[in-house]
Amino acid sequence: MSREIKLNVPFITRVEGEGALQLSAKGDEIESLQLQIFEPPRLFERFLQGKPHTDVADLSARICGICPMAYQLTSILAMESLFEIELPDHIVDLRLLMNLGEWLQSHALHIHFLAMPDFYGYDSAVQMAAKHGDLLTRGMQIQEAGNTLMRLLGGRSVHPIGLQVGGFAALPDKGAWQHARQLVNDAIPAAIQLLQWTAELPIPDHSQDFTYVSLLGEDSYPINGGNIACSNGLTITAQQYPQHFKEHHVSHSTALYSLVDGQDYLVGPLARVNNNYRTIPEHIRHLAEQCGLEFPNMNMFTSIQARALECLWALFEAQQMLQYDVPKGQAHVPYKVREGECSFCTEAPRGLIFHHYELEQDGTVAKCTIIPPTSQNQARIEQDLKQSVKQYGLHHSDNELKLFCEQVIRNYDPCISCSTHFLDFTITRQ
Amino acid sequence: MLQRPLKVAIHKLTSCSGCQLAFINQGPKLLKLLEFVEFTHFIEAGLFAPDQEVDVALIEGSVSTHDDLKRLVNARQRAKLLVSIGACATSGGVQALRNMADDKENWKRAVYAHPEFIEELQDCTAVATHVKVDFELWGCPVTQQQVTECLRQLHAGVKPKDNAEKLCMECKRQGNVCVLITQQAPCLGPVVRTGCGALCPSFGKACYGCFGPSEQPNCESLTNRMTGFGLMPNDIVHRFAAIHSQSPPYQQQIARWRLQDLEGSD
Repeated sequence: MSREIKLNVPFITRVEGEGALQLSAKGDEIESLQLQIFEPPRLFERFLQGKPHTDVADLSARICGICPMAYQLTSILAMESLFEIELPDHIVDLRLLMNLGEWLQSHALHIHFLAMPDFYGYDSAVQMAAKHGDLLTRGMQIQEAGNTLMRLLGGRSVHPIGLQVGGFAALPDKGAWQHARQLVNDAIPAAIQLLQWTAELPIPDHSQDFTYVSLLGEDSYPINGGNIACSNGLTITAQQYPQHFKEHHVSHSTALYSLVDGQDYLVGPLARVNNNYRTIPEHIRHLAEQCGLEFPNMNMFTSIQARALECLWALFEAQQMLQYDVPKGQAHVPYKVREGECSFCTEAPRGLIFHHYELEQDGTVAKCTIIPPTSQNQARIEQDLKQSVKQYGLHHSDNELKLFCEQVIRNYDPCISCSTHFLDFTITRQ
Repeated sequence: MLQRPLKVAIHKLTSCSGCQLAFINQGPKLLKLLEFVEFTHFIEAGLFAPDQEVDVALIEGSVSTHDDLKRLVNARQRAKLLVSIGACATSGGVQALRNMADDKENWKRAVYAHPEFIEELQDCTAVATHVKVDFELWGCPVTQQQVTECLRQLHAGVKPKDNAEKLCMECKRQGNVCVLITQQAPCLGPVVRTGCGALCPSFGKACYGCFGPSEQPNCESLTNRMTGFGLMPNDIVHRFAAIHSQSPPYQQQIARWRLQDLEGSD
């Protein structure tokens, strides 16, 4: 007997920000499926117009409390390319170290607070504290190592204040450096356990054919520079991004949809690992392979494993940098402001970020475009849901379907503050 | 003193979600917090029960849509006490910069191809504009110490103590070199509320005012001094038109120096 389904999830929980899902089905066919992002618009691109270029990093951080540094650094790197600033090596290294910190805290938060309850049948990590305190503690240890790196270089982990065009406001002191070294060293065994734990998870196979996009590392895993590689064969610079990636606006979302050459696509940890697996040091790959993890792959449910792998990689990278003495030298270099246009892409924890600025002669922002990862993933999430829900089976109860859809969405770690809010799930069965 | 855990709901309106991280970022201290706090509604952490009666509703974010307002009114009705947390909730936050625009409709058009799809209120406002607020935690973002201390005191049945001291005092106690005096940097420390730990000056950088106005802020005098550093009126406008542009003392300075800017360009 065919039943008609109308499913409405009014609030998707355990995502950053708020969104809703509406699913309407007749028998075995999905009639419509919409991921609704209703995070109120905040008009960053508009209010940055007219601002001095030196205010952009502090203001654009406020796009997202979870990955503020990605927004700060992308804007800074774009402007530094326009001003042709040559940075000393220690500043380049310290920025990478801070990036690693942001990935670590964001990934640890996602894995333990947002994704983990799905595997243990809880609504929330808070409810897991009594019975699975050890798992949470492990996650918090990795998260704290990441937050410590952000504090080391930015003063605080949410809306850090250390980054500026030309370098940092100040270099870290010796005591804080040694403290960070200790926490990073201590977190490595926890990250190895984390990777092993993800390998044991009951991961369903919902492999799909999709396009994925990330920065491309030449000889190291990419984070804040390099070309953009698309699995359809396209490799371009950040300057060429607007020629291939187009955003459009639909009525059910305050986030703009982005397509590459007319096609939906994935950004984020799985896209990065797929494009750059060969650049991960051999001992880490070896460990992953011993655990039975296989990359590249096309199953979004393995994104939690990609995140764990990136955590381990980030900790080893940070360990290597921190084993040396705290860098000495200039905190920032002088520069001359120039008029013109500039673009840059970096990898935020959730995926590729694109920034474009037009600056006036005195450095005032004339125009800017900021494309966050979640708006790039939005079209892909809808496509994924359409395919995987059918594969999962519409015969499941409304509640089972809701949980399944939420899990599919959480695989993307959508950061809805930069685009949306919680999931309000509506299913219409006809 | 409550003999049971304090029932707490966290509601998010228009915001970056960064203030909620003051809870999720606590590490093992979060487990301690859970000894005397029971979260009933906390969407980001997976708890959804907006209609449950609670002791305390924490509000993150500003009111910028009809939906925000509806949810805020509901949160107020369900809570014995309401605490607004962060710059967005206490003064509107960065998104309230749109309130200052002369051509608001064009702002939407600048970002969205179909501004008609975007539903929002004319202005973006603080929580206290719409409902009774029992306590405010300022800061962009609020710190772990702020939220924990506040909840601890509320659990003990004590009204939390406000600290609106000027940031300068904390900065002096830390022994930082004053950036305003030595670098002539446009530091807002003399008119900003304490709470961040004087982060920017300790990095050798001018405070840009994440924590909003202090008690008795003498903005008039500070901005006069800034002109002596060579700042143009429009530079001064930008110092205040940032995180807390809608707080009255900063609003006054924005209006004052905008006018100077216009008169100067005539």
